[in-house]
Amino acid sequence: MKEFMSLVRRDLLLSWREGGAIGTALGFYLIVVAILPLGLGPDLNLLSRIAPGVLWVALLLAALLSVDRIFHNDYEDGTLEALALGPLPLEAITAAKCLAHWISTGIPLTLTAPVLGLLLNLDAQAFAVLVLTMLVGTPAVSFIGAIGAALTLGLRRGGLLLSLLVLPLYIPILIFGVSSVSAVISGPSSFTASFLILCALSMASIVLAPLACAAALKLNLQ
Amino acid sequence: MHLIVENLTCVRGGRTLFADLSFRLASGESLRLQGPNGSGKTSLLRILAGFLELDSGTVRVDGVENDADIGEQCHYVGHLNGVKSTLTVGENLEFWCSYLPGTEINTALDRFALGDLQDIPAGMLSAGQRRRLGLARLLVADRPIWFLDEPTVSLDTGSCRIFAELVEAHIGAGGMVIAATHVPLGVEFQKSITLGKMAGADQ
Repeated sequence: MKEFMSLVRRDLLLSWREGGAIGTALGFYLIVVAILPLGLGPDLNLLSRIAPGVLWVALLLAALLSVDRIFHNDYEDGTLEALALGPLPLEAITAAKCLAHWISTGIPLTLTAPVLGLLLNLDAQAFAVLVLTMLVGTPAVSFIGAIGAALTLGLRRGGLLLSLLVLPLYIPILIFGVSSVSAVISGPSSFTASFLILCALSMASIVLAPLACAAALKLNLQ
Repeated sequence: MHLIVENLTCVRGGRTLFADLSFRLASGESLRLQGPNGSGKTSLLRILAGFLELDSGTVRVDGVENDADIGEQCHYVGHLNGVKSTLTVGENLEFWCSYLPGTEINTALDRFALGDLQDIPAGMLSAGQRRRLGLARLLVADRPIWFLDEPTVSLDTGSCRIFAELVEAHIGAGGMVIAATHVPLGVEFQKSITLGKMAGADQ
């Protein structure tokens, strides 16, 4: 456990020092959400109706920008080899790195979402629910994204392929994330049902994604 | 403790690099791998460290307590240094110290003359200094087996000599060293294997 925590701490320190990744993700999130009303026109009803969907889609795209960094830098400079010879199995290494990615990217994006909700005239009662669903859904974003990152590790310009691989896998998170926010705003579907499925998706990805990542990393270390 | 390799065959890209390679190495012994470029030195080291799948044969370590697998018994220093450029020299080593886990980093800093550079981001180091930082991992965590792939690349003569002393000290203390190298390390190796003869590699 000590080793696990020291790896998480190191990844957080690295993402803080390197700075660029989270800055880019937050900036991208802001820009995408900000230009949307310019394209759609100042119809407040329309904006507030599509706000949950827009906030979720933009969050997924923004998170995708930084997902490839989960393993890439460690792979390039040889650190991954040395990590693999440590006491943790590859599954635990993956989990530690995804946890660090969630803390350094998922949480800041989640906390930015309500601010951007103001730009889209998001319904007042939806703010708390939006943050809650994103907090629950973003771990899945990091863990599922890591599968794509691990698979495309050895490829040059793997970023585009990564998006093609990972975005379809994000669809369930998107559907249940948006539907639980919409349920609170307009009904008639139940918030609890969607929210629980979202929780289940997140937990399943936390358990299963490290297995897939470890298999992909093992191939890439050959 | 022994490292026992039996009937190892390595096929990469449809070409047999070596076949039926067997050797055993006891504590306090060292092995030098020689051979032309592409003869499979790096592949052999990566097989031993557990990165590459075995095509056939076995690699095992006997005489180890609680069945630890070879990965946790060895250090692998390859072509890449495993150094994070945004962390300082001290932070790099402290991470390995807490992760691998090791005991302390001061010996490693002293022996590789990195003490004065401790607070400098590793990205600002020269190639040779980075190499020293990469090698310093060997001393942070005490592990019996060292797999070294061209360890002295970009080191100056003084550092090479210090490194040779460290390797000898490690062997003297009952460790094992397997090194692939073209340049003489300044270390007396007890055993030597030349790869590439049977494989028809470029001579």
